Amino acid sequence: MSAMSAGAPRSLASSGQKSIQDILHPLSAEESALNPGSAAEKDLILPNGTPVDTSSPASSSSLLNRLQLDDDLDGETRDLFVTVDDPKKHVSTMETYITYRVCTKTTRTEFDLPEYSVRRRYQDFDWLRNKLEESQPTHLIPPLPEKFVMKGVVDRFSEEFVETRRKALDKFLKRVADHPVLSFNEHFNAFLSAKDLNKRQGLALLTKMGESVKYVTGGYKLRARPVEFAAMGDYLDLFTQKLGTIDRIAQRIIKEQSEFLMELREYGPVYSSWSSFEEDLHDPLEGVSGCVSNCSSALEELTEDMSEDFLPVLREYVLYIESMKNVLKKRDQVQAEYETKLEAVVFREDKKTPVPTDVEKCQDRVECFNADLKADWDRWENNKRQDFRQLLTGMADKNIQYYEKCLAAWESLIPVLQDKQEAEGETS
Amino acid sequence: MVEKGTSLLKMMEISVAEAEKRTGKNAVNMQETYTVYLIETSVEHIIWTNPVPDSLWRRYSEFELLRNYLLVTYPFSVVPPLPEKRAEFVWHKLSADNMDPDFVERRRVGLENFLLRVASHPDLSSDKIFYSFLTEENGWKETVFETGFQAKADSRLKALNATFRVKNPDKRFAEMKHYGDELQSVISQLLRVRARAADRLYGVYKVHGNYGRVFSEWSAIEKEMGDGLQSAGHHMDAYAASVDDILEEEEHYADQLKEYLFYADALRAVCRKHELTQYELEMAAQDLTSKKQQREELATGTIRTFSLKGMTSKLFGQETPEQREAKLKMLETQIEEGEELVKERNAECEEFVKSAWVDIERFKEQKDHDLREALISYAIMQISMCKKGIQVWNNAKECFSKM
Repeated sequence: MSAMSAGAPRSLASSGQKSIQDILHPLSAEESALNPGSAAEKDLILPNGTPVDTSSPASSSSLLNRLQLDDDLDGETRDLFVTVDDPKKHVSTMETYITYRVCTKTTRTEFDLPEYSVRRRYQDFDWLRNKLEESQPTHLIPPLPEKFVMKGVVDRFSEEFVETRRKALDKFLKRVADHPVLSFNEHFNAFLSAKDLNKRQGLALLTKMGESVKYVTGGYKLRARPVEFAAMGDYLDLFTQKLGTIDRIAQRIIKEQSEFLMELREYGPVYSSWSSFEEDLHDPLEGVSGCVSNCSSALEELTEDMSEDFLPVLREYVLYIESMKNVLKKRDQVQAEYETKLEAVVFREDKKTPVPTDVEKCQDRVECFNADLKADWDRWENNKRQDFRQLLTGMADKNIQYYEKCLAAWESLIPVLQDKQEAEGETS
Repeated sequence: MVEKGTSLLKMMEISVAEAEKRTGKNAVNMQETYTVYLIETSVEHIIWTNPVPDSLWRRYSEFELLRNYLLVTYPFSVVPPLPEKRAEFVWHKLSADNMDPDFVERRRVGLENFLLRVASHPDLSSDKIFYSFLTEENGWKETVFETGFQAKADSRLKALNATFRVKNPDKRFAEMKHYGDELQSVISQLLRVRARAADRLYGVYKVHGNYGRVFSEWSAIEKEMGDGLQSAGHHMDAYAASVDDILEEEEHYADQLKEYLFYADALRAVCRKHELTQYELEMAAQDLTSKKQQREELATGTIRTFSLKGMTSKLFGQETPEQREAKLKMLETQIEEGEELVKERNAECEEFVKSAWVDIERFKEQKDHDLREALISYAIMQISMCKKGIQVWNNAKECFSKM
């Protein structure tokens, strides 16, 4: 019947890799490529034959959210725009994988051209993140969606999975592009502009969180974390907890809704079979059956949306927080090294020259780290606020849309239920 | 007294106003707790209005007695059903306990509905026993038993036998019976699935209450986001709480369906009664035919029908002409009586078919009207639920946007 019954994930059509000339400019991209969910909504038909109108303010604002960049500009003018879109499947003899188009528009002089369009796969994003962690250890690097997916449990090539991943990758690049320090990183530049990344990959692929060679200080004991950083650590611990709870609640709701949906799918048809042996009541009963069916479809959409859009963002933040805690630990290490060395100098009897410069270097490192971290923390808090405002507003919107669809279905049923003229006219 | 044909309800207001718990000793002298229902009636007079309604208390078992009396006395009527004796098709939060106040309340409404249905029925409303049920507290039970209605009740076995053996039931009744079967089956199924769905819906709403708690805890560790989160949490709590009212309203819809579930039974009872009367007519006719045949054989001397008498007379010799004469005379009397019986039964059958079909038509119209109304109020309920949902989530959205 309708596309709504295709609840199972759909696979992408595979194609060969396109050359850059064939790839369209990001601003000329089709609307449909960016909003795959809208097609499905056309399939809802009300009992009186009219299609459901889902152009409520709620649905158009969620579209805007997807296209919009960070609305918190701090009064600066942007000079670097990045988007991730157009996922395509590649099949080779060795493996099958997905690539995404990364489009850049910039006026920065660090870039040779004002526009770029390259294709990257998840591996490349992972490489970038590791490089950033390596080269900018004092900064908070935004997280990537999870690398490993259990085969058999999730279909890596389903439209839903790929779309969820694309959104997360898009967010990742946008956050890096918005960062005053990270966006000027040479590896980021290469990622956006180089035709071929392979030569530059190096050995850092192996670990998920690259350990910085320069900053491996280990073994120094920190006396006490400064108050402001201790507060950050405490906050992150509590926040992770709350996110975990919210994740569990959201999953529970999805489960309950799915079970409710199962009952509804049995409930509606009973009215249909009843209508088959009624005369006067035939149309009203059929109408109720159709209504319940429409509500079922709307509910299915709601649960799918929550699974695809809500849960992944929560989980992303948990990963983000984990990496932030690691940065805090690194900072502790740097401070510990400095304090230990300082102590050694203070108690030293002979004052040899190399030692003070070494201590001075350490002090610099600590101060830089603290400054970078504090700035990034503020940025992170801002982003977090926006992200969660958007996430929760989105959740409210999805629920509103669900109820609006059901409301429309039931309201259109009332005239069908009340209409006796036609029935009386038909009886001879 | 009310004239036959006018509905009692036009002259009298009836209501089941209250329910009360009583304890007392039962038939086997044991303490028991039961519920009694207050029936209030006020008769409207043209000349003066009765300011204070008359009232009396009745137990559920007395309602059952009344209904059984009506079933036997008016077998051609689709007798309105009573609300269920025990709570069935319950979803888990709803109590299956007969003493539960919600159940008692719904039963009170059901009993009132029963009385109003009977009082507006063209035949049943003018019944004397019904009238005294409403007006005479004491001695009513004895009066009912004095009518001897229990003796008139058809045995189940007799009815079942008729169902299987009747040869030419009126096709319309056979169709009606089939319709009754289908109606009962489909409504049972509907009620079952609805109860399961109600259970699930309850779960969905209630889990949202957990958001209220976690948002509150989260807001404690936030600075600017705190207020928005906190107030959103309150809306989540409100959302979770709203399901109780929603499901209570839906119970009312379930009760309306249940009434027609039980009505299906009453409909089938009328059809079964038709089968019985038709069967009894067929039996009487068959008996008459065989007697006439026996007379013929006896008169002409040919034995075509097998009879034990015939066999034994063959074995032990023919009877004397005097014996034959006596037998013939007896047969003649029996045939006369038989013809009377057939005429009687035929008239009964025709009368039954006529009256029953009138009431079945009336019932059909009532059913179509009532169920349509029930569906409309169900749709309105759903609309109200959706509007509430939209409102709560809009409120929450506002709070989120202020985070």
